[in-house]
Amino acid sequence: MSRRHLNPVPSVAIEEVRALVGAGTLRRDLLIEYLHRLQDSYGFLSADHLAALAEAMKLSRAEVYEVATFYHHFDVVREGEATPPPLTVRVCNSVACEMAGANELLDGLRAALGDRVRVRAVPCVGRCECAPVAVVGRNPVGEADVRAVQWAIDAGAVDAPLPEARGLADYRAAGGYRLYADCVAGRRGAEDVIAALESANLRGLGGAGFPAGRKWRVVCGMPAPRLMAVNIDEGEPGTFKDRYYLERDPHRFLEGMLIAAWAVGIAKIYIYLRDEYAGLRTMLGEELDALRAAFPNAPETELRRGAGAYVCGEESAMIESIEGRRGQPRLRPPYVAETGLFGRPTLEHNMETLYWVREIVERGAAWFASQGRRGRKGLRSFSVSGRVVKPGVHLAPAGITLRELVDEFCEGMLPGHELYAYLPGGASGGILPASLAGLPLDFDTLNEHGCFIGSAAITVLSQQDSARAVALNAMRFFAHESCGKCTPCRVGTAKAAILMEREAWDVPLLKELAQTMQDASICGLGQAAPNPLLSVMRFFPHELEGGK
Amino acid sequence: MSGVRFTLDGRAVEAREGESILQAAQRHGIDIPHLCYKDGLRADGNCRACVVEIGGDRALAPSCCRAPAAGMQVQARSARAVAAQKMVLELLKSDMPDEAVRADSELDDWAQRMGVGVPRFPRRAQPAADASHPAIAVRLDACIQCTRCLRACRELQVNDVIGYAHRGEIVFDFGDPLGASSCVGCGECVAACPTGALLPATGSLPLGGGKTVDSLCPYCGVGCQVTYRVRDNRIVAAEGRDGPANHGRLCVKGRFGYDYVRHPQRLLKPLIRKPGAVKSVDNTLADFREASWEEALDFAADGLKRIRQRHGKYALAGFGSAKGSNEEAYLFQKLVRTGFGTNNVDHCTRLCHASSVAALLEGIGSGAVSNPVADVQHADVIIVIGANPTVNHPVAATWMKNAAERGVKLIVMDPRETELARHAAYSLQFKPDSDVALLNAIAHVIVTEGLVNERFIAGRTEGYEAFRENVLRTPPEAVEKLCGVDAAAIRSVARTYARARAAMIFWGMGVSQHTHGTDNVRCLIALALMTGQIGRPGTGLHPLRGQNNVQGASDAGLIPMMLPDYGRVADDAVRVRFEKLWGAALDPKPGLTVVEILDAARRGEIRGMYIMGENPAMSDPDLAHARAGLAKLEHLVVQDLFLTETAALADVVLPASAFAEKTGSFTNTDRTVQLGRAAIDPPGEVRQDLWIVQELARRLGLGWNYAGPREVFEEMRGAMPSIAGVAWERLAREGAVTYPCLEEDAPGEPVIFTDRFPTANGRGKFVPAEFRPAAELPDADYPLVLITGRVLEHWHTGAMTRRSEALDALEPAAHIDVNPDDLCALGCKAGEFVTLETRRGKVSARARADAGLARGTVFMPFCYAEAAANLLTNPVLDPFGKIPEFKYCAVKLTPVPGCPLPVV
Repeated sequence: MSRRHLNPVPSVAIEEVRALVGAGTLRRDLLIEYLHRLQDSYGFLSADHLAALAEAMKLSRAEVYEVATFYHHFDVVREGEATPPPLTVRVCNSVACEMAGANELLDGLRAALGDRVRVRAVPCVGRCECAPVAVVGRNPVGEADVRAVQWAIDAGAVDAPLPEARGLADYRAAGGYRLYADCVAGRRGAEDVIAALESANLRGLGGAGFPAGRKWRVVCGMPAPRLMAVNIDEGEPGTFKDRYYLERDPHRFLEGMLIAAWAVGIAKIYIYLRDEYAGLRTMLGEELDALRAAFPNAPETELRRGAGAYVCGEESAMIESIEGRRGQPRLRPPYVAETGLFGRPTLEHNMETLYWVREIVERGAAWFASQGRRGRKGLRSFSVSGRVVKPGVHLAPAGITLRELVDEFCEGMLPGHELYAYLPGGASGGILPASLAGLPLDFDTLNEHGCFIGSAAITVLSQQDSARAVALNAMRFFAHESCGKCTPCRVGTAKAAILMEREAWDVPLLKELAQTMQDASICGLGQAAPNPLLSVMRFFPHELEGGK
Repeated sequence: MSGVRFTLDGRAVEAREGESILQAAQRHGIDIPHLCYKDGLRADGNCRACVVEIGGDRALAPSCCRAPAAGMQVQARSARAVAAQKMVLELLKSDMPDEAVRADSELDDWAQRMGVGVPRFPRRAQPAADASHPAIAVRLDACIQCTRCLRACRELQVNDVIGYAHRGEIVFDFGDPLGASSCVGCGECVAACPTGALLPATGSLPLGGGKTVDSLCPYCGVGCQVTYRVRDNRIVAAEGRDGPANHGRLCVKGRFGYDYVRHPQRLLKPLIRKPGAVKSVDNTLADFREASWEEALDFAADGLKRIRQRHGKYALAGFGSAKGSNEEAYLFQKLVRTGFGTNNVDHCTRLCHASSVAALLEGIGSGAVSNPVADVQHADVIIVIGANPTVNHPVAATWMKNAAERGVKLIVMDPRETELARHAAYSLQFKPDSDVALLNAIAHVIVTEGLVNERFIAGRTEGYEAFRENVLRTPPEAVEKLCGVDAAAIRSVARTYARARAAMIFWGMGVSQHTHGTDNVRCLIALALMTGQIGRPGTGLHPLRGQNNVQGASDAGLIPMMLPDYGRVADDAVRVRFEKLWGAALDPKPGLTVVEILDAARRGEIRGMYIMGENPAMSDPDLAHARAGLAKLEHLVVQDLFLTETAALADVVLPASAFAEKTGSFTNTDRTVQLGRAAIDPPGEVRQDLWIVQELARRLGLGWNYAGPREVFEEMRGAMPSIAGVAWERLAREGAVTYPCLEEDAPGEPVIFTDRFPTANGRGKFVPAEFRPAAELPDADYPLVLITGRVLEHWHTGAMTRRSEALDALEPAAHIDVNPDDLCALGCKAGEFVTLETRRGKVSARARADAGLARGTVFMPFCYAEAAANLLTNPVLDPFGKIPEFKYCAVKLTPVPGCPLPVV
């Protein structure tokens, strides 16, 4: 006999769950959404609620538990365990925020707030331009200190403010959705649009840089029904460009999305937004409603909510998450374009890639391609943080150098700071010394230096900072965010972090380990995790000799 | 089949279709290290120990998950590949405990073969050991997160207990201790684990020594093939073998329940009742004295002969056993028929599927299954009615669950919502005893919505018109209330079944153990006939047989109205054939059935009995009555392993050999004949059962001289055309042959009735059935319905499993399952004692809340001697199958006052 009968689910728990998830048959792929509703309503996930949800979904307890515990934003409270305090303050301690004093802030808040508020160190929340950041409930407090956080708590300012984005009406008044209407009406051909993207050399701006036009063509050739997944799980430490654009002009992205769906013949679209962007979620939900009303024949679009997992920015992990599972990357082949979401051919794009579609088609591929320096083509949205006067998203020509970027766009280094090093592509893109600040910044240009620009997240370090400390911060981040599936990443990141904490590094062993992580990890997380570590050994050996 | 040519370490090799690089390499003698990959499990590619270099690829690729492509350049032994392979092994090894948990850890083995030295990395913080489960030890300090256990639990057995939580932790349910989880103890995870992180509670086996014996599981009718590991004449482990029914899978009983044979209560010497010891089921060894075999056998035979002389042959009867081999069953019935001289021979098939067999013989001319369980892979709809296979046929259930996971529509119909319902597309929880109404309503929909298979009906059946008239009177809307099922659901189920490309029906004792059991089965047969869902792969009728050899024992003639292979004793031609074969006169009068024999004993008409391996003092309905009948016998000879409740009432007890101690053939629910081989020697003075039967036969004047099972089987082949083609050598060689197998070179027929039914005119017969209520309905005094049945961990009356350490520790005490609201209304909590009382008796046990039970129904397993559920059951019989109504009687539930909750 199954022991499930020994502790039947209390009927009150079943009623509570049903009140939140509705009656009738539940969708397996919405498991994470249902968990959110429980977490939002009760502040945690109790064993009884999870058991009731499992029963309602005809899932096993293990299947629900393993998903719930995978995501950092769910608080699973097992029988007999204490429930978390009603309010949580999440303090980002990724590179930029740590450089800006996140650890001191954490200590200060823990001392000041005691047990009534839970204080947690969390990875990058995507607001590095105003580091350090503390998120009070869902309210992000930039340039945070203990007083500001305390003030927010006392004032009950715990909800995410709604961004003042340009709405549908304004966007249309300024000519928005004309291109989409032309496409749908047949005044534009899909082939023309795809050709425009190709000659503009638009590349995937999530970090991998795969040519967008070619991707459309590949998925186009796959059997219907084809699906589309939009990645707004912007989690690479130092990256905040997607948030920046969405907060201002969401319909520019949505129009690009609809054009892509039209050109490729997409049956249904899923937008995956990271949970940290709570204000954006509300706004985007409203704008999507407006969009549906305006274009009732457009493909169905579902807005999905992440739950705190960096790895879900990896395309196949995101697909797993949309299907309601643990965000573990899939092995390839088969590729997502071929067998993606729900086993269907899937067009997956970073939000920003779609953001540029309208402008490229309207202004012409030549306009976009003509941007760029040193033979590179197009524009890049650099998320700049660290020791510069004007951090933030700076739209700059591809191929610009770090020095140019700092001088021309960021108003130079902060007073008293000299350029020491920089991260060209978030935590995974490696670390370059000031001596290499003249390299063109673009896809493929940094490979020989063991680095890449990825999502173009630039963090600028000065003589006050340590590359070694940054590398350790990054490795701890990867260990925390590893999905746990493959050995080189799961065990490798954990062991590397421990070895890197030691006063003296075992350089040969770390090199050996790094090689296997790069060679044998399933996805980019594990493959790129050793980059900062390798950069330190290559460019900053003096820091390993007790020099810094 | 064209292979793919590629280059492996500079060598041109060819991969077979569907092979991974790893598999192709293995076949070519190149061993690539691997841990998370295991034959039979889905390749997951997570451990990365098997990474190889592929020309043109940036990163290394897991060879277990990568298919070779034509012209692909693969290097499994390049410096880069080997460095990664070794580093992966080193990383995993660095987290292992100092002392290997399992002597034959695959990780240690690979590390040694690859020359991985002492790991250079610090060890992780180790989780504590979990010893909460009686059969399985959990040592996650040896876990390498390869998820083989998870895939075994979730994808093979579909028990869904193991999860991969957080960022890489093996958990059970909600991170519970294994013993407190919903684990069903199948041990598939243990079999899958490469390092011993999950291992038998009895510990790791040392390397080398001992022997292995290929045999079978002794429990249910699924017929799993098992390899026993034996050391010093003791079984130390049971491992699943690749048999046609189990393909390596086992359940908790098969994997962990082998130790009963060495229980201290095992009878080692013959026993004779002491003079003056009054017969009672509570009798103990103190009421008996030990005797020599010579004395005991003489005493046993003399008593039987005396009764035959004084009171005539009809005063004797025998119960054979469906736990014995075909050869034992055959000799037992031959002994009764030629030694006692009557057909008063029966066995527990009477209590499980007698009604099914009656209806099947009447309708389609054969009592056996039409298709094997494995045919679920060819079905697109599966109906399971009145059966709880996850408990009673666990390995068969895994195939059904696998099918459901693949998208096959599973329809579960049962008054109890069982575990299988979670996997079902439709779960109809109908009111107990309303089977006929429900099934007629389904037939009604098929008729009125034009879903019948006209061609099949016209070409292969008879009697459809009368059947059609009958079901036209029962539209779903008319029986909705009676059945407690929405008409819409009935209609959906009818359409799903009738429209299926191929649909199978499975049923168990929930269908058969009713006074209308035969009618229930008639309705199921009619559903298959009217839709033509029989005679093809993935279709048909499958009564899930209970005991490991109930099919074989029935085939061998252990039934009172039939000789071997189902020739009727009343049929002169049949009888004459056997008289010639056996050289003895046979009685044309059909014998009495199980319950009838004990009734006759109570009346003094049956005075002497020989019972081999059966326990009617636990298994029969209305036990007070049945036990009184047994106690009243002048002479009772019982042959068993233990002093069972029945043996306690004996005049002489002959210590029997256990399954693992003897060789013989056994026929599973699929009609597959398989060989069980002796793994260990019998203890003490215990003798082979075949020897005991022959010695008694000799003393009854039969001059038998069979050297062993092989000689008996040869005689059976001559007597039974269905197995004529199954030579003993073939059985030994192939391990399994499915009958009918008429010729020695015939392959055997898993699917039968493909073009005709074995009836007189070759047609299947519709037999209309009308709803009749159960014999004893609830009333003001006895307001609830009692359903009896089994639990996963215990076999039948518990004689074996309650003497298995792990199994009894898992389910150590009787319990009464009650709907949670009913329990609440009673003012009771789960865990408190409650009493069940019927017009025949009362028992008390702890209550369990079971939300799967509808209000007004209670369930109690009958395996607990200390609270024997059959004291309560109603002995009224189905008129055709003579099967008692174990699944329905009126009962009263009361709290036992002042009884504390158990201390947990």
